[in-house]
Amino acid sequence: MRGGTAAVERVFREEYGRLIASLVRRFGDIDIAEEAAGEALVAALEKWPESGAPPNPGGWLTTTAVRRAIDRIRREKQRDAKHRAAIMYDHDMPREPTGLVEDDRLRLMFICCHPALAPEARIALTLRLLGGLTVPEIAQAFLVPETTMAQRITRAKRKIASARVPYRVPEAADLPLRLSGVLAVLFLIFNEGYLATGDSEPVRAELTGEAIRLTRILRQLLPGEPEVAGLLGLFVLTEARRAARVRSGQLVPLREQDRASWNRALIAEGHDLVRECLPINRPGRYQILAAISAVHTDAPSAPDTDWSQVVALYDQLTVIDPSPIVALNRAVAVAELDGPEVALALIDRLPLEGYHAWHAARADLLRRLGRTAEARQAYDAAIAATRNTAERAYLGRKRGELG
Amino acid sequence: MTHYLLAVHGPAERGEFGGYSSREEMEEAFAATGAFNDRLRADGYWVFAGGLAPASTATVVDGLGEAPVLTDGPYLEAKEALGGFWVIDAPDLDVALKLAAEGSKACGGKVEVRPFEGLA
Repeated sequence: MRGGTAAVERVFREEYGRLIASLVRRFGDIDIAEEAAGEALVAALEKWPESGAPPNPGGWLTTTAVRRAIDRIRREKQRDAKHRAAIMYDHDMPREPTGLVEDDRLRLMFICCHPALAPEARIALTLRLLGGLTVPEIAQAFLVPETTMAQRITRAKRKIASARVPYRVPEAADLPLRLSGVLAVLFLIFNEGYLATGDSEPVRAELTGEAIRLTRILRQLLPGEPEVAGLLGLFVLTEARRAARVRSGQLVPLREQDRASWNRALIAEGHDLVRECLPINRPGRYQILAAISAVHTDAPSAPDTDWSQVVALYDQLTVIDPSPIVALNRAVAVAELDGPEVALALIDRLPLEGYHAWHAARADLLRRLGRTAEARQAYDAAIAATRNTAERAYLGRKRGELG
Repeated sequence: MTHYLLAVHGPAERGEFGGYSSREEMEEAFAATGAFNDRLRADGYWVFAGGLAPASTATVVDGLGEAPVLTDGPYLEAKEALGGFWVIDAPDLDVALKLAAEGSKACGGKVEVRPFEGLA
């Protein structure tokens, strides 16, 4: 097989979510599924580089993993009566064939993002079981020690097993709430990639890429849900600007970005998604955020942006989510429409003293108003409130330019 | 089916109306809890339930030594204590969580849902 080990690992990563999901359905146990998948990978690494990849690598991995899992269960049955009882118990459990959609991965997403799990555990499990990221990769992405991340994942899996989190897609009545939990996890994964909270890499393309990949899967599984389309639209429209967002280690704000380096294919895809949502007429947070992104990516230059449309969309969003963060983003758009003084008055009212973006927005408006001393203080506060290196570099430059 | 403990936590020190702010509120909660219990029985989730006397009536027994050592009061001294509980038999956590939400609304307290590892 060309590419040898690396190619096998790439296929494995691609197939991982599907593989684990079907094994969990079959054996009712995440640990058994993970071990069997790991053994199938070892088998593939031994075999494929010599004899070539099979025509249906996903099917080969599943068949191999199922065989290994059954072998293991047989061995353990003979060895350990207690374990046998546990496994038999799991197999007695009726598999839920019903639900809105039949796909195993969708069920697994609802397990990983179950509201009874801690939010950070939901993110970790989603990346591990559906994204196929390793524990060290996830630990590194969230800047926690490997042992901490391993414990977090182990604890969540234990809870799923012993509290019996059901392996099924929620019923129609519960779907909107549960789906919004899944979308929130994907949003957090993307955000951590888009503007990393730590002080190492400012943008983590592996996380934004993974969030997009998982959202694409979710969209295939739930094609009629406009919020899923909205979230995917928001992601691709944001990803389209990634190359323009950082220049020589500094964050570049939207209005200074080189629009020629935006990814036109992703922008076209995002605009299609936004247009597709409109006639469904079930607006939601992610659809509105995607629409705002669509307005920005539609403009040939920052001054050409349809700011009144942006503010109108933020007004809609405020109705759904009257949070100070939404009010802050709205005020930034108001500044372009009604001037920095009006926007500053809106921003000063918001209780966001601990939030770097609040200080950064104030700093920018104070600078435009010529209130240099106050602007300098606000830049200092913004720099102190963020660890992202590219954002710090940008804010430091702006502060330096105040003279 | 799995057994779950639905534990109701409330103030360790209860006032005149058993932790509720008025007689009406207490009576309403009792009535709602009774109706919820009936529903658990009718739908086959019921195993056992009960309200506990105040934590101050508890005695801790340490039987590890030769003679048991008795201590007045609850094992954990806290402002909040276990006030009562249900044991239910439910097919999965989602069902247990839904029932817990109903129970919480009925009795007017927060409910901790915890699966049993095994049953004697």
